[in-house]
Amino acid sequence: MKYVLRRLGALLLTMFLVSLCTFAAFSGISGSAAEARLGTQATPERVAALREELGLNRPFAVRYAEWLSGFATGSLGDSLTYRQNVGELLRDKVLVSLLLSAMSFALIVLCSIPLSLLVVRLPGGPLDAAHTLFNQFCMSVPPFFTGLLLSWVFGVSLHWFTPGAFPGLSRTGDALRFLLFPAVSIAIPRTAMTVRMLRGTLLRELNRDYVKTAISRGSDRDTVLRRHVLKNALTPTVAFLAQMMAEIVAGVIVVEQVFGIPGLGRMLVVSISNRDYPVVQAIVVILAFWVVASNTVADCINVRIDPRLALGDK
Amino acid sequence: MKRNYYLLAGLAITGLLSAATLLGFFWTPCDSAAMTADKFLAPCPAHLFGTDNFGRDIFSRVMEGAGTSFLIALCTVAIGAAGGVLLGAVTGYFGGLADEILIRVGDALTAFPSILLALVVISLLGPGKPVNLILSLGLVFIPSFARVTRAAYAEAREVNYVKSVRLMGASHARVMLVHILPNTLPVLLSALTIGFNNAVLAEASMSYLGIGVTPPDASLGYMLSEAQSVFGRAPWYALTTGGVMILFLFGVGLIGEGLRFREGDAL
Repeated sequence: MKYVLRRLGALLLTMFLVSLCTFAAFSGISGSAAEARLGTQATPERVAALREELGLNRPFAVRYAEWLSGFATGSLGDSLTYRQNVGELLRDKVLVSLLLSAMSFALIVLCSIPLSLLVVRLPGGPLDAAHTLFNQFCMSVPPFFTGLLLSWVFGVSLHWFTPGAFPGLSRTGDALRFLLFPAVSIAIPRTAMTVRMLRGTLLRELNRDYVKTAISRGSDRDTVLRRHVLKNALTPTVAFLAQMMAEIVAGVIVVEQVFGIPGLGRMLVVSISNRDYPVVQAIVVILAFWVVASNTVADCINVRIDPRLALGDK
Repeated sequence: MKRNYYLLAGLAITGLLSAATLLGFFWTPCDSAAMTADKFLAPCPAHLFGTDNFGRDIFSRVMEGAGTSFLIALCTVAIGAAGGVLLGAVTGYFGGLADEILIRVGDALTAFPSILLALVVISLLGPGKPVNLILSLGLVFIPSFARVTRAAYAEAREVNYVKSVRLMGASHARVMLVHILPNTLPVLLSALTIGFNNAVLAEASMSYLGIGVTPPDASLGYMLSEAQSVFGRAPWYALTTGGVMILFLFGVGLIGEGLRFREGDAL
């Protein structure tokens, strides 16, 4: 329990620093971006009026505190392009992106564990080499390329879904079917990475003495693998999968563009092109929070599995 | 010792593609910018990869686009590796408070999606310019190199050969450069192959999103975004462009695999 509290404290501290850095970086340029928006009409009076309207004249600390509290209340300032409150603008998009990353994560976990149990049985030999090559190949395929192919084959040719026409979260079944394809494109290279890591961990565990003991006492290799080895490989796997969350978020940003999904990633890219900084900084903090929070959860799960881990991290 | 087929295959693939890319800087079969009436030609002897919606030869465009992509990736890795190795070596070797702080900051940064960081930096610098793209990606790649190097130097600090050269009067700089650096090469080479692939992927993703390389320059990522819009008429555009990129990443990945294999860490 003490450990969980300490991790929560660290989470808050990290997010405080991340949000502070983001806000400081963007407040440095958002003034000039606002002036650029006025274009040729940028007389000194207009610029002053705009700065006043955007609240850029008030002290930095006040603006930061107001913005930070906006994450709780949902008022994160107005978007420069859409003339709408950023909080309202992003509310549905957050859910779409969260759903997509959760689905990708589930796919990775569901595929990589059975696959790694399979490949761990074939160290050495031609099958092992074939698996290494195939694994390396899967890691080399960029998610947006897979997405491009999938949206063509299953979207345009087979009409299983319509690329660019996301049905909305209210129609849950259709939305899930739509998101399955982007989730698969994100999951393929990540699954390959996870299988590779799990295989290494399992092979290391299989060389331990307790495995020899169990086998010499008459257990067969499969039982040892499932009962003992998998359990011991669990903590490094959980830690690895948590790190995978950052990669998944990176995939989500790009793949949303491929399939035309109205999520945070797409909004981020559009807002960067539009120099719409209130939106950009909010999305950056939300995505960072998602990654840091999932790492915190993974640490807490690992301490439940193996309480010794809490001792090392003082 | 068993022959290292991964390394050989990787070197062969990468070498072949690099040669073709290098050639693309000086000569291409057709003028890559020339628009002709032969739109959407399927691959044929005259146009190995077919032509696109403007009748441009895709093979020539891929040669040049790959050049842009790999050049950007090389610069990115150069910045990331130079900055990272320097930071990691100094902090790992001397230790102390700066080291502690750097580990924490590095941990926080490597937990971040690299593309998110790069997008933040590029939106601060201004999108659409190759220089800004290289700078933003280079900065983002520093922490991962710093982390690897720091670990190697921190370990070497306690080893007897380092202590004895110090006793013989070698300066800190000499110990770091002449004595420790060669011993970190295996780790560093492996990190370089991974970093290079990540850089190619990151550049491709950002150019695909329209934030990296923009016309008139072309990179593989940007070309893929073009190819997506004409996929129905010319699927070979996306398939060949993507295929070349995948083959290259595969080759470099195999080199990395081979290097680890040589170090005896076949896992």
